[in-house]
Amino acid sequence: MLLGPSLAVSAVLFTIGVTGVLVRRNAIVIFMCVELMLNAVNLTFVAFAQRLGVAGQIFVFFVMAVAAAEAAVGLAIILAIYRHRETVDLGNINLLKG
Amino acid sequence: MTLDVSNYPQLLTALLPELVLSAWALILLLVVAWRHGTARDLRLAGWLTLVALATAAGAAWWLWWQSAHAAGISTMIAVDDFRFVADWIFLGGALLTVLFSMRYLEREGLLAPEYYVLLVFATIGMMLMGGGEDLMVIFLGLELMSICLYALAGFNRRSPRAAEAGLKYFLLGAFASAFLLYGIALVYGATGTTNLSLIGVQVVSLELQHAPLLLLGVALLLIGFGFKVAAVPFHMWAPDVYDGSPTPVAGYMATAVKAAAFAALFRVVGEAFGPVGAWREIVAGLAITTMVAGNLIALAQRSLKRMLAYSSVAHAGYLLVAVATGVAAGSAAFVFYLVAYSLTTLAAFALLAAKGRGGESDVQIDDLAGLAAQRPWLAFALSVCMLSLLGFPGTAGFIGKWYILVAAMSTGQGWLAALLVLTSVVSAGYYLPVVMAMYMQPAVSTEAHAEVCLDGFGRVAMAVAVAGLLFFGVAPNRLLDLSKTSATVQRGAAAGAIAAPTFSPGH
Repeated sequence: MLLGPSLAVSAVLFTIGVTGVLVRRNAIVIFMCVELMLNAVNLTFVAFAQRLGVAGQIFVFFVMAVAAAEAAVGLAIILAIYRHRETVDLGNINLLKG
Repeated sequence: MTLDVSNYPQLLTALLPELVLSAWALILLLVVAWRHGTARDLRLAGWLTLVALATAAGAAWWLWWQSAHAAGISTMIAVDDFRFVADWIFLGGALLTVLFSMRYLEREGLLAPEYYVLLVFATIGMMLMGGGEDLMVIFLGLELMSICLYALAGFNRRSPRAAEAGLKYFLLGAFASAFLLYGIALVYGATGTTNLSLIGVQVVSLELQHAPLLLLGVALLLIGFGFKVAAVPFHMWAPDVYDGSPTPVAGYMATAVKAAAFAALFRVVGEAFGPVGAWREIVAGLAITTMVAGNLIALAQRSLKRMLAYSSVAHAGYLLVAVATGVAAGSAAFVFYLVAYSLTTLAAFALLAAKGRGGESDVQIDDLAGLAAQRPWLAFALSVCMLSLLGFPGTAGFIGKWYILVAAMSTGQGWLAALLVLTSVVSAGYYLPVVMAMYMQPAVSTEAHAEVCLDGFGRVAMAVAVAGLLFFGVAPNRLLDLSKTSATVQRGAAAGAIAAPTFSPGH
């Protein structure tokens, strides 16, 4: 049921996420785009689960748990960098290069 | 010993190394919650970590000694020699990292014993990656490893460079994980399963070798793994992250983490996508760009830490050659090279940590001038490491490269072998200046290397690593036998999975 459209929507969401990561420079926005990519994957899993059984829906829970853990650590890191630099703009975060 | 993994106690036996290490990690977490803050507590946590890693390695050894294998198709976790050998590499890498970290943390004022807890949890993640028989287990192991490493990369909270390294690693790591996960979702959609062996069976029985959904899934999986092993063009994060992280962590990332990603990649392409030929060209292409770009950019580095970072990128290229030759030919060479490379690189990063202060980002190759006169043993150890990375005869690195070349030639990929040799010659251009600086240039002053020293643990670990490199360089047979048994078992599993008579590689 609606497999094709669901997959198309998730592919579009994933592409928006990838584009956002590549073009935006704010660390928080980039992180939100990564979350969008993960949720696009969740939609793919759920869409396939209609046809392939319940496993796909269970994967979604794993992905959500992982995304939550990642958010906890990631926001802590972003906070740490804000304390040092007073900015989360990647254009200004350039101590390491070469 | 045959383990029926559908039976609960036997499943627990199969998972023994991971369970032992998880139990230790929780104990360590409790201890650290109470004993926190002084250098003594840090040492206590370090000792407990050493015991934890040693018992987990013992558990893996016990399973290996009993020649444990799964009855029928294993569901979530593989029970084969490849997994046990991979576990030893990860645990050995973590063990050496702990030994090198003990004094480093005190010297840099990082008196937080959580360091060791994160290290142990990351190692559990690696073991799940190396042993995962299901794409979901591999993903969860990868995330367990990565999340701990994001925190470890930014562990020095006083340093803006460490925070930046943590941020870069986190953003690109999460980005890569999303690709990997999308790849898993598409493979699941195409084959209806995430079990590696069953994917292999389904690909053959449903004739999915050229199905767009599956090929797209494989490509996304390879992008995800490409980021994790730092293959060019997905390597941009690696030098920056290694540069900003505490040096023992950088060594750990360059060895054990890379080994875990490679072990998972090897198992996935070998067991699940053996019949899909397309991955081979992609991996070969990645190997070419990684070898060429990694070595050429390393030539331009003056900072020792960044040079080692790009050198680790170049070595990912050599390992990709082993992966591209496939399970049958390449896996013994792959395991051997992984051991040699891990020992060498960990020792090199530890020597860098002994030389530098404050994150080691400013140690130039020229700063090593005259080290041989003032610290002959350290200079000798670093020379052995550089020669082994270069692939000089008499060191383990040479035997490793030799076997990768043999594997590449035997599968008709002579051009990959030729490129490996050529880029290795180029790599002499940045490994040998380190040796030359130490032995042929005079020291700037008699006090130039007064502060350079390793503590007792570091010396023991360094002696073990260097002795191992030289020993495997002249007598590689024991390690080779081990690599070969791990290879045959895995090949057996893969062959069993694709035993369907309709299969032929061409169509």
